[in-house]
Amino acid sequence: MIASTGMIFAVTGAVLFALGVAGVVLIDHLLRRILAFNLMGSGIFLILVGLAQRHDVPDPVPQAMVLTGIVVAVAATALALALVRKLHALSGRLTLPGDGE
Amino acid sequence: MKRLAVVTAALAFTVALIAAMLELETSPIDLRGPVAAQLAASGVDHPVTAVLLNYRGYDTLLEIAVLLLGVLVILAVGVDRPAARTEQPDPLLETLVRLALPLMVVVAVYLLWAGAFRPGGAFQAGAVLAAAAVLRHLAGLQAGWAAPGLRLRLGLVAGFVVFLAVAAALLPQGALLQYPPAQAGMLILVIEAALTVSLGLILAGLFLFLSP
Amino acid sequence: MTAALTGLIVVPLAWATLAFLLGPGRGAVPAIVALGIQLGLAVNLAHGVAVEGTLVHPVGGWGAPLGIDLAVDGLSAAMLLLTQAIALPLAVYARAYFKADDPAGRHFWPLAGFLIAGLNALFLAADLFNLYVTLELVGLAAVGLVAAGGGAPQVAAALRYLFATLLGSGAYLLAVALVYGAYGTVSIATLLPLVTAEAPRLVWIAGALAGVGLALKTALFPFHFWLPPAHGSAPAPVSALLSALVVKASFYLILRLWLGPFAPLAAVADWLPATLGAAAIFWGSWQAIRAVKLKRLIAYSTVAQLGYLFLIFPLLAQTGALQAGIMQVFAHGLAKAGMFAAAGVMIKATGQDTVAGLAGVVERLPLTLFAFGLAGMTLMGLPPSSGFLAKWLLIEAALAQGAWVIAIVALAGGLLAAIYVFRVLRQAFLLAPAGGDVAPVPRTLEWTAFALSAASVLLGLRGVELMQLVGGGG
Repeated sequence: MIASTGMIFAVTGAVLFALGVAGVVLIDHLLRRILAFNLMGSGIFLILVGLAQRHDVPDPVPQAMVLTGIVVAVAATALALALVRKLHALSGRLTLPGDGE
Repeated sequence: MKRLAVVTAALAFTVALIAAMLELETSPIDLRGPVAAQLAASGVDHPVTAVLLNYRGYDTLLEIAVLLLGVLVILAVGVDRPAARTEQPDPLLETLVRLALPLMVVVAVYLLWAGAFRPGGAFQAGAVLAAAAVLRHLAGLQAGWAAPGLRLRLGLVAGFVVFLAVAAALLPQGALLQYPPAQAGMLILVIEAALTVSLGLILAGLFLFLSP
Repeated sequence: MTAALTGLIVVPLAWATLAFLLGPGRGAVPAIVALGIQLGLAVNLAHGVAVEGTLVHPVGGWGAPLGIDLAVDGLSAAMLLLTQAIALPLAVYARAYFKADDPAGRHFWPLAGFLIAGLNALFLAADLFNLYVTLELVGLAAVGLVAAGGGAPQVAAALRYLFATLLGSGAYLLAVALVYGAYGTVSIATLLPLVTAEAPRLVWIAGALAGVGLALKTALFPFHFWLPPAHGSAPAPVSALLSALVVKASFYLILRLWLGPFAPLAAVADWLPATLGAAAIFWGSWQAIRAVKLKRLIAYSTVAQLGYLFLIFPLLAQTGALQAGIMQVFAHGLAKAGMFAAAGVMIKATGQDTVAGLAGVVERLPLTLFAFGLAGMTLMGLPPSSGFLAKWLLIEAALAQGAWVIAIVALAGGLLAAIYVFRVLRQAFLLAPAGGDVAPVPRTLEWTAFALSAASVLLGLRGVELMQLVGGGG
């Protein structure tokens, strides 16, 4: 079990992913759910980059995938934040109605 | 109860995933070879930029569409902008921002150009431009954006349109987005330049469409 | 054929951008014209695949695994055909549905354009990471369509949908990352010979993640919680697009992965989708029977009908099962689009959205009610509709492999569908109106709803070519 840098990133990414998913599912407060989703995304990107660094010269394809993934995550986060703003303006709530699921 | 179930499942999943990752061997296919081998024909010198704008440029095209979609949804949802701020902007901040802005534009142009042979490119340059716009807003030099007029809409879609037009125009001579090796570098630079402007506007818009 | 293939992606992206440039509320006419062209391209493509077989288009000229491949086979061609065939009438419907100052209609056209572009790109993609980007394009466009111009319940439903879809794509993206880590490529064609039953454990985890993520996006029981609020509170044309097409996109992807790269791993758990599908049929039908609001009823019907699609997984050894699944996709797509369209007309006319409020509607809107009835016929599986053909193929495949439980579930589902369809029809045929006038509704709305529902029935008479397309090339 070689603890190369790449593997450390990948293992951390796995932990972050699980934390993020648990956060999105369990947390009621919408802004914190969005943060949890970003945590989940960062976990996935770490795994991609970590597994790419297993070789001596890093693999460029996963790095390009991560760039694309970051852009998509930014768009999704902005969209989510706008919706939360709108919900708050319309109803004053920061949780979803119906036991906050 | 649900909390316990989810946490246990997440824990079990993490352990399983880490164990599976640690026992991974080398993969049957290594793309570093083909990336490096075709780099000369790709028009740029940096492998990540080559993957992003040439080998897997179609992913980048769709991802610009996703970003554009993000702005579109923000406009469609119709978020009310807060009332205009009444407090005086801080003169120190304002001066600092006025000094920083031209430097940020220069950095953005450099990043765009440098992307051909080192980490950089349209996304990074666009992000710096957007940061400059947000800084201007925070210093009170720039009002938030109302519903976009035609010029702003043109700016927002310019990068995507240029990319799509180049991709489609190359179709008769080969495949979609197949750059002729001789012109690949120039075409990529043109696309990246248009993308930088649009990305700057889109990313700034994600902030400024919702600001006073 | 290459022109048709690339055209189906480039054309919708172009008119979506044009609609955005033209400004809020505009873009209907370019959309309808372009959708007509797209339908022609899809027919051309389907014909080409039927004659020449699978076509692969390497984007950028590089070819997998370095570049991204686009591929069209019988299954993809069928899904493309369905997408354009449903989108065109719905575009005509939407143009008449959204009044000039309707906030929901102000950005409908660019959003719908990106949605359709994303769907087409998804059905043509042969690269796992590219599929992720198309999934996000479709998902975010769908969320935008649900949320646009809506009040608090609509925005809340859109947020719930957004979290579900982001969780789903996140799980799928992790699966793609793990597959790349294990094999060094994300091209489906390159992966096919590499994945065996002795795949590393990481690949098994990837398969499970992809399955769960895509099941969440397809609203398979028990991940269906986001669908009834989202489809039930969106404007009628949006609900139609979502129920008919968007949920089918992630189902198509499940099918593609199940039959493709993950095939050696999939044999282990093929009873699981069928069990969940059966649960979806019973739970969805039960909730539809109890629903108070009309669109909520139709949305729960979607949950139930999606269950049929998952009954085919244990039976996929036979070609008949795949054809049954695709026929069900077509049947449900056309019928649900027609049903939501008809419901939109009825709600607009009566000014309220409950089932009880439909009393006496038959006198003023006979054509619309006929459309609803025809769509219901397909959902119930009455001959000669395509729904009947789909159930027939499913039961035939089930009995051929001795899975009589599946056959019984399919028949029971048809009976349950009859209950909630007749609930609506009975209410509409009551003599005394609930009170209040029935507002006049543009004829275009009624005729497009009727066209979609009639198509779902008539497809049953001409289903042979579709089955050959899917069976031969898929």
